[in-house]
Amino acid sequence: MTAVAPAAHAPAVGWHHRHLIDVDVVTWPEIELIMRTTDEMKGILARPIRKVPALNGRRVTTLFYEASTRTRVSFETAARNLSADVVSISTATSSVTKGESLVDTVRTLEALGAEILVMRHAVSGAPYLAAEVFGGHVLNGGDGWHAHPTQALLDLYTMRENLPGGDLRGRKVAIVGDILHSRVARSNIWTLTAAGADLWLCGPATLLRGMDRWAAAWSGGAIPGHGRFNVTSDIDAALRDADVVMGLRIQRERMQGGLLPSLREYAARFQLNAERVSLAKPDAIVMHPGPMNEGVEIAPDVAISGRSVITDQVANGVAVRMALLYLLAGAHEAARGEAAR
Amino acid sequence: MTDRQIMTGDEIRRAIVRISHEIVEKQAGTKGLALVGIQRRGVPLARRIADAIEEHEGMRLPVGALDITFYRDDLSLVAEQPMVKGTDLPFDLNGATVVLVDDVLYTGRTIRCAMDALIDFGRPRAIRLAVLIDRGHRELPIRADHVGKNVPTSREEIVHVHVAEFDEVDEVSIARQLPASDASGAGDR
Repeated sequence: MTAVAPAAHAPAVGWHHRHLIDVDVVTWPEIELIMRTTDEMKGILARPIRKVPALNGRRVTTLFYEASTRTRVSFETAARNLSADVVSISTATSSVTKGESLVDTVRTLEALGAEILVMRHAVSGAPYLAAEVFGGHVLNGGDGWHAHPTQALLDLYTMRENLPGGDLRGRKVAIVGDILHSRVARSNIWTLTAAGADLWLCGPATLLRGMDRWAAAWSGGAIPGHGRFNVTSDIDAALRDADVVMGLRIQRERMQGGLLPSLREYAARFQLNAERVSLAKPDAIVMHPGPMNEGVEIAPDVAISGRSVITDQVANGVAVRMALLYLLAGAHEAARGEAAR
Repeated sequence: MTDRQIMTGDEIRRAIVRISHEIVEKQAGTKGLALVGIQRRGVPLARRIADAIEEHEGMRLPVGALDITFYRDDLSLVAEQPMVKGTDLPFDLNGATVVLVDDVLYTGRTIRCAMDALIDFGRPRAIRLAVLIDRGHRELPIRADHVGKNVPTSREEIVHVHVAEFDEVDEVSIARQLPASDASGAGDR
């Protein structure tokens, strides 16, 4: 057999989701399809002309109700690399400040020709509401504490790229920080348990609230295709022999809720510094979804160390988002009837 | 439904050898030539042409593979997304004479996409086209420089090109179209 295209002999998996709001509805073969498509998109990014006409004439609108630099720019770069037309709405300068509702805004954008709506919203579940009224495709760029599917997928892609064999089965992944308020952690729970990783969530007890119940509910294999995961406030236990160490941002506003006594105390007990990270395997990788508070959840020397793949995450984010825009745009008319989930 | 065979393995081999001579003759040698197969079945055909040229010219031409998935203009029309199969062009396209190789020339849309894709990688001196089967029904002003066999067809017919690399046998056959039951892949058009 020739070496060309072994994938073509694997059972063909199509993409049937009209929207991508969370990774909880995405099956493992579909994740593999996203990863393969991302490989191809990375190939495009390595070319002299980093642009293909796949989405020529398709209209992608980004609607961000929350501040974001990397995610919005990443989506817009991804859309332009596929030759889509991009309209960028930042709510600070839109009619939203005049009191327009989400539903009205989405209807208006559709009337203006939006076909793929990339949205970020502070309220968990807001994209489901948008998907109910929008005639095109909704791609979640992060909603409240709920989900950030493209981040989880680019994290998975980056892990596979950096781990020998590209397989996460049995690999220990420690996610450290404000798990409670993290949509990144929640989406990563779905993808990493599907990938068969040995997942550990770690942070102060106040920032893990409820996670132990989730972990307990899954411990008996309650969700087909998803393994158990661990929740702990013991940072050493979480990091010991880890293959992947991921820090999450500690948001300053959390202090006001009394969940953390001080940033300094958090840093003293949980910061990913060189000494703690040395508990992990010698070839472990360090990740962070950004934006980083260096000196709080991660020490500056760790963030820029040879183990850090944080800039890989950013670069891979463009390729993963190209893959998802491409797959969603091609989701066939048959998927039109699919409900928001 | 029975497939009617229109080329045997031997006939395919002879057509490949003839095309390989034509390519070299047209270029007056092998200088600057490169072969690029269009995924999937164009790729093994391009390799075989390179093998044949190596045999009679003693010179191995560079062979690349081109995937045109992202250049198609029918993304929203196809029922299943086409599976991306990878592009690999292990040589400098600038100034090269590139011979595109595909199994079947039909509407010409695939070739248009392939030219668009190729030009994104560099500026070839010339692009030529070699196909195993030309079945007519062009929708674009495209013609092949080298043709293995011209086969008059009706639009209701499907040409199946089988290559040993993917399909265990070398054979070209023709069949009447069946409604939406045959999904066996890229070699059917």
